[in-house]
Parts: sequence; C-alpha cells; structure tokens
Amino acid sequence: MSGNWRTWVVVALGIAVLSAAIYFPILRKRVKTAAKITEPSEEQARRELTQAVAPNPSDPVVKVKMFWVSPEDESALAPVTIQLALSKDPVLRAKQVLNTLLAGPVDSDLRTLPPDAALLSFYLLPDGSAVADFSEALATSSPSGIQSEQLAVDSIARTLEANVPQVKRLKILIHGQELDTLAGHVDLTQFFAVDTKGAQLGAVSPDMPGNIAVPPVTAANNATGVPAKR
Amino acid sequence: MALLACLPLLVSKAQSPQSAPVGSPAAQPGAAAPISTPPYPTIPPPQPQRTGLNVVVLDPAHGGTDPGARGAQGIRESDLVLDLAFQVRRALEAQGFQVLQTRSGNENPSFDDRSTLANAQYGAVFITLHVSSTGLPGTVRVYTMPDSFASVATGGVIGWDHAQAPYVTLSRKFGDAVQGQITQRFKGSPNNSQSATIRQLRTTAAPAIAIELASVSVQDRADLDRMMPGVGDAIARGVAEFRPSYVVPGPAGAHP
Repeated sequence: MSGNWRTWVVVALGIAVLSAAIYFPILRKRVKTAAKITEPSEEQARRELTQAVAPNPSDPVVKVKMFWVSPEDESALAPVTIQLALSKDPVLRAKQVLNTLLAGPVDSDLRTLPPDAALLSFYLLPDGSAVADFSEALATSSPSGIQSEQLAVDSIARTLEANVPQVKRLKILIHGQELDTLAGHVDLTQFFAVDTKGAQLGAVSPDMPGNIAVPPVTAANNATGVPAKR
Repeated sequence: MALLACLPLLVSKAQSPQSAPVGSPAAQPGAAAPISTPPYPTIPPPQPQRTGLNVVVLDPAHGGTDPGARGAQGIRESDLVLDLAFQVRRALEAQGFQVLQTRSGNENPSFDDRSTLANAQYGAVFITLHVSSTGLPGTVRVYTMPDSFASVATGGVIGWDHAQAPYVTLSRKFGDAVQGQITQRFKGSPNNSQSATIRQLRTTAAPAIAIELASVSVQDRADLDRMMPGVGDAIARGVAEFRPSYVVPGPAGAHP
C-alpha cells in the first residue's frame, strides 16, 4: 500500500514538473507581452488621456476635406475628400478632423504633421476664436524650414476652414504654452486667419488678444508713407 | 518696446523750410516791399535727406546653440547661411551697396536684436537667409509676410510686434524682384515670392524678405556651396532692380 502511495506521489510530482516546464515559458512570454502593453510612452499615455470622443453612432457620415501635401507639388497642399462620421458639435468636430489630419494620408510622404504629434485639447470661443493645443512633438518633430512649417500650419487652418465653419481664427499652442515659432521660422505668437474664403492663409488677425489694438491707417496719418494695404 | 514710426515725419516737419525765423517777411505777411538783401542772418535751407535704399542688412539665420535645419550628412543650416551671407555680401558690395550683418560668427542674436539692427538704419532693406529641410534641391524660394498682415498697420504709432505692417507692399515688390532674378538661374523655383508668417520679418521696420535654399537633405554639401555665388549675384541684381522703387518716407512727400 505504502509502495503504491509513493508511486502515485512520484507520478503526480512528475506531471507537475512537466506541466510547469511547458507552462512557464508560455507564461513568461505572456508577461513580456503584457508589460509592453502596459508600459506606454508618455506621448502614448497623453494621447489616450486626451483622445477625442469616439464617434457617436448617431453622427452622420459626411464628406470631409483634408489638406495634405499635393502629390504633384511638394510645396503645395491639395484637398483629399474622405468620409467620416462627424459630430455636429463644432469642438468635437474640430477634434475629429484634426485627429484625422494628424493620422495622416495613406502615403506617409504626403503628411504635413509629424506622426508622433497629438492634439491635446481644442477650445472654441463664441466669437469664432479657436485654440488648438498640440503635444511637444509638433514643434520638436516638424522639419525645420519656412516651407515645411508653413505647410503644417496651413494644413491645420485649411482643414478647419473646410470642415468647421464656426472657426474664424486659430491660435496654436504647444503643450499649453505659446511658442515664438513652430520650429524656428513660422510665427506662433499670432492668430491665424481661418475663414479666408479663398484669400491668402497664414494671415494675422488684427484684433485678437495678444495683438496691439491699433487705429486704421489713412493716407493722412500713415507716417511711414507706405500704403497699409494693396 | 515701441517703434515710433512717425518720427521721421515729425523730424522732417521740424526741419521744414516753412519754419522761417521770427521777423522774416514770411512771418509778417503785411510788411512792405520784399528786401533783396536781408539785413539779418538767413537760415540755410535744410540739406536734402538721403532718400532711397542705403543699406542692406543681411541676416544669416540661427547660429550658436540653434543649428536650424540639419541634414543626414551633418549639414547644418546655421553654418551654410553664414557662408551664403559672405557670398551675398560680396555681390552686393560689388554693386556699391553698404552691407551690415546681424552676425558674422557662430552667435545667435534674438529675433528682436536682429530686427533692431535693420530698424536703426535709414533706408535699409532686410534679407534673412535660410536653408530648408524639405523642397526640391537646387531651388530657391523668397518669402514675405502675407498681404493681410498690413491690416494691423497703425496711424501714428506702430507697435514693435507689427513693425513690418506698413512695409508689406514694398516687401512683396522687393521679394518679387529678387525671386525673378533667382528663378532665371535656378529653374524649378517659383516665379513670384511666396507668403509666410515668419517671426523674423514681423518685427522688421523695412522692406524685408526671407530667402530659403533647398535643402539640407542633399547628399553632398558641395551641391549647396555651388549654388551660393549664383544666389548672391541674383540677390544683388534683385536689390538693384528694386532700388528705384524704394523711396524712404521723408519730407519730399514721395511715397513708394
């Protein structure tokens, strides 16, 4: 009897050791995978925290114009029409289109904004002034240069202009701060005109906070002798 | 810091020939016959102010701890634009222009310090030099502030932050002249200057343009070095072409 008991114990222990030998490597692999998933980068964590609200099933699917680099001319933007479920709320709508802009086109060479940049928040005042706050990557990962920085800003402004008519002018912040420039060239201290209706973009609004309120120039009081507008 | 753009006009009014001395015939309209040889000392007529384009301020962008655009081959924008500035300076001086530089070594003056150098000159134009990260290699683009920036122009006093506002039209004309000369040499460059909201231009109270060569992405820096004499010569020709269009606001009442 005692011999049988010992045999059963040895067999049970053998099975346990065998099971452990098979299971432990699998377990280790799972732990490693889980660790990768649960250790997001700071940027990823911020992205998840600030993720725009997922599209509501009741949001209508509409045609949206996104402005990325033109395949024919790398110095210009071209509209790409896609279909998106967009909220009717202008703030949610702006977040949805800007997140789509950040995600980039199918051809990554045509993107205007760096892939690791994220929209942190978006505010819209009743007078149409909007503030878009982007992560630091927008400034640190954008290629330095007048052309590339102006394309980045114009793609944001024109995409908002085409899809969120309530936005009249736009201020770009980087991680909540006002920067002098995007990456050394294009001015971020001013508001960008958005509702240009075909006029030139990249304009500075004259009467926004941060700008000095000034009287209009007339021929009589223009001391510099230079016409204010052509 | 405020820019008193009205100062030249005020100064010129103070020096106006109409400011005759007390006791002169002009001050006594009801006086008798004109006196052919005045018994009192006369004030010499004011010397005509130098009008037109007197100085070209060259701004090699970035420098110091700010290298600007960087290429995969270790090419740094801040080094390139300094070399380019020397080439442009040589071409401008050959045309008889006086040239000042915002930096001639590896320093990094602030945007405002660079603008200050141009704003302190009488009859200056300002050229900031850049090399891009992107764009078709071998092309050159000229940029000016958007026309709509002129709408922030003021009456008597112009804020430092909007010093460029009254000069937007002149800057555009200047930019087109330089771009035209550049495009003759560097095919693929645009025919006219482009608009961009450039921080450096905003605070500059003079016709001001930015010039950007493409690009630091070239495999060999020599490709960019070879462009520099041609760019310098084209800029000098563009400045010379623009010169007759630029009349410094002054007592003559000449407006560009």
